[in-house]
Parts: sequence; C-alpha cells; structure tokens
Amino acid sequence: MSAWTFLIVAVIKIAVTLGVLLTVVAYTVWLERKVVGHIQNRWGPQRVGPFGLLQPLADGIKFLLKEDLTPPYVEKHLYLLAPALALIMALTSIALVPIGPIVHLFGISTPVQITGVIDATGQSSDINVGLLIILGITSLGVYGIALAGWSSNSKYSLLGSLRASAQMMSYEVSLGLSLVGVLILSGTLSLGGIVKGQLGTWFGVIPQWYIFRWQFVAFFIYMMSAFAETNRIPFDLPEAETELVAGYHTEYSAMKFAMFFMAEYANMVTVACLASVMFLGGWSGPPMPFLPAVVQAFLPLVWFSSKIFFFLFLYIWIRGTLPRFRYDQLMAFGWKFLFPLALANVVITAFFVAWRA
Amino acid sequence: MHQFLFLLFGAFCVGGAINLLLQKKTINSALSLIVVMGSLALIYLLLGAEFVAVVQVIIYAGAIMVLYVFVIMLLNAGDEEVVKGSNVAKIFGIPGLFAGGIIGIWVLLQHRPAEKLLPIGAMYGPADKVGELLFTKYLLAFEVTSILVLIAIMGAVVLTRRSRV
Repeated sequence: MSAWTFLIVAVIKIAVTLGVLLTVVAYTVWLERKVVGHIQNRWGPQRVGPFGLLQPLADGIKFLLKEDLTPPYVEKHLYLLAPALALIMALTSIALVPIGPIVHLFGISTPVQITGVIDATGQSSDINVGLLIILGITSLGVYGIALAGWSSNSKYSLLGSLRASAQMMSYEVSLGLSLVGVLILSGTLSLGGIVKGQLGTWFGVIPQWYIFRWQFVAFFIYMMSAFAETNRIPFDLPEAETELVAGYHTEYSAMKFAMFFMAEYANMVTVACLASVMFLGGWSGPPMPFLPAVVQAFLPLVWFSSKIFFFLFLYIWIRGTLPRFRYDQLMAFGWKFLFPLALANVVITAFFVAWRA
Repeated sequence: MHQFLFLLFGAFCVGGAINLLLQKKTINSALSLIVVMGSLALIYLLLGAEFVAVVQVIIYAGAIMVLYVFVIMLLNAGDEEVVKGSNVAKIFGIPGLFAGGIIGIWVLLQHRPAEKLLPIGAMYGPADKVGELLFTKYLLAFEVTSILVLIAIMGAVVLTRRSRV
C-alpha cells in the first residue's frame, strides 16, 4: 500500500466513523426521549417527521441558531476551551476501537478500525497499548467538565464540576481494575488482539467471550463504573437538576451546551464499544454459514452494532427506572464495594491463570 | 523528522514550564503543567517507549493533575502575590543555572550511546518487556516503591481519620 493510498484510506475511515458516530449520538438522544417517554406512559417526540425521526435535526438547527451567550464575569479563555476539550476527548477515543475485521473493497484490504493496519504477514494489527490510550483519553476528558464549572464563576457550576471530578476520579480506579482481569486472560493491551482472543466457540454454540470465561463480575463492575464515568443516572450527581440547576453546564447556552451534550452521548458510545470489545467479543458472533456471502461480509458490523445498541438501550432503560444516589452513598459504593470487588477479581483471575499454566 | 518533532515537543515542554512560572492564576499554572506532562509523554513516544508514554499521560496528566485542579477549584485559590525576588537568587541563580546546565550537558555527551536515532514508529518499550524487567531485574526497587506508596496511603488514612475520643 503506497503512502497516498494509506492516507486516502485513513481519511475515508475517519470521515465515515465520525459521521456514523455523530449520527448515532443524535439518534441516541431521540431513542432516549422516545423510550423514556414510553416508560413514563407518554409518546415522546412525534411531531417532526414520522415517529419524530427528524427531531435530532430540528434540535441541531435550534442549537445552531440560538443566541450564543457568554455571561459576564466568566474566565473567558477557559470558558471557551472547556466544551471543545470535552467534545474532542469524547470523539477521539473511537479511533482506537476495532469495529470490524479486515474488509476487501476496490482491491484494497484494511481493518475496520481507524488505527488498524495490515502488517507484513497479512494480519490486521493496531496500536500495542490501545486500551491504555483509550483510558488516558477518557481521563483527560475530566478537564472539560472541571474547567467548565470553574470558569463559569457560578456556584451551581462549581459544585457540579467538583462533584464530577471527584466522582470520575473515584470510579476510574474500579473501571481500570475491572479490565485487568480480561488483560490477564488475553495477555495483550491491543484492542484488536483482545477481540482476536475471543473468536471461536465451545460446542459450536457458546462464544468464547471473556464474560463467559469467569469475567462476569468484572463486567458488572465495569458497567457500574462506566455509568458513573459518563455521569448517567443513577450517578448523574454532577448535573442533578433538583439541586444544581444543570450542574457544570448551567452557564452554557446554544452550541456550547450542545457540545457538552454531544460529548456525554459520545462517551456513552465509547464506553459501550469498550464493553463489547473487552467482554462481549467485539465484532465476533456466532457463525451463520447458511447466509449468502454478501450478507456474511456485513455480519461483524451487525454483531458489533447490535451489542452497542444493547448497551445504549440499557443506559436509557436504567435512566427510566432508577432514582439518583445520594452523594455519600455514591462515594461509599465506589470505594467500599466496587474497588475491593475489582481487586478480588484481579487476584482470583491471576491465581486461576497461574494454576492453569 | 525525528529531530523536528523532538524540537517541537521540547519547545512545548520548556514553554509550558516557563508559562507555569509566569502565570499569576494558579489554575493556569496547573494547566501549563499538564502541557509539560503531555509533551514529555510525546518525547517518550519518540524514544520508542510507548508504555511509559501512555502511563505518563494516564498517571500524571489524567490522575495527579486532575487532583491538583480539583484542589485548586475546591479552595478557590486567588491570584498569586508577585514578589520582587531576592538579590542572592539574582546574583548566584543565573550563573549557577548556566554552570549546572553546561555540566549536565557535558556529562550527558560523555555517556552518549553509540546508537543513532530511532526510526519513527519503532517501539522498543512494549508493556510486557517493562513488566518482565520490573519483576526480574528491578524487583527490589519495585517492591520498595510499593511499600513507600503503602506508607503514603496509611499516612493519608491517619490524617483524614476523625478521632473517636
């Protein structure tokens, strides 16, 4: 592959992934309003287009056309930097996620992953420390929220962002530790490699995903920490509207508010991608040899997107079901329950692997 | 290319460090420190140490500096006072800095490895190699550090614990 082809392929992959991600983000908002509406015995959006399907578009136009207000007494530079930082960090991490296996299109073969390439042996390969890079990027995403609250010069924003930083720092620990069990089993930090370790089935039926290899405790720890990391109910204290108006983005309006909004939903998608890559085998799924070859080529993408859809639906479902934690309950749950449990999972998995070796 | 990137990130690093000292607002200094940490990580990456580079971002930029920013926000620290600085520092500091720098560069040049620059993208420090070294060659240092961290954690617990008398 020449340098130019490589560049063009990379640009196409980035454009397509970004477009799909932003569409998914927009329609997750629609889905959320619709599903929560039905949970609460309402219709949800239904006026704009059939089933309200054009609602995200209308919302986007509204955000763009509203007056872009900068309140007085804000710390101007940081106030403008914060939403950009939050959105950039939320959109960047998708680059490392392996979305599908190698595809062959127009005589060019490349893995469906922005950072993925084909190495000398014809196998797909990606960054050796891909998982750590995702964790690093998400940990930098805290700055967007922290700076937003501080620079707004408002007590609600400051309280919201203090809560957000404390919460995200605390739950990052158990989130990281819950992934260590999978890393011990897979022996690699490359996300593509982790997916490759989960191909194949037992008895031709049960897929060899890490959640079925005794990592289900880790999976639940991961999911709970991920909910806290993305500031979603029941962990949405940074923007608890009953106490803090809107938390860290109280002083933001129009497109700057929309950037925080998009960052939150993009983070949800990333967390769902990581969960399906680490625990549910990424794009792998049960083989379906009876389907025609053209459909077979699309199967990995179908598996991956249905897993993502499952997680996004779970987010919305839980939002419609559970109340919010109290702040001390949140901290106690994170440090006194999830953290020891994640540590125990690491120790037990390590003993298990050592005993088998 | 390698040299250009090194100079670029080195300039970012030094610029961030100088900005850290010059800023009057504490939070701006903390943010400059993040720039320094980030550019250091990129320099590690140029040296082929991918694992160390990412860990630098996660630990320093992602955890420790978040804590700094958190504390600055919590205390709502105001502007720093600007002092004129002592004359002793002016007389001895600047020549001392130059002398120290020259000695440091001279020592580094004496111990310069014979190898040439790494090609960009060559990674000599993968995670498994680092882990193997930590648990074999540098096991003692690693365990001693872990005890040090444990003592620090115990200190934090003792300091924050409310007395029950």
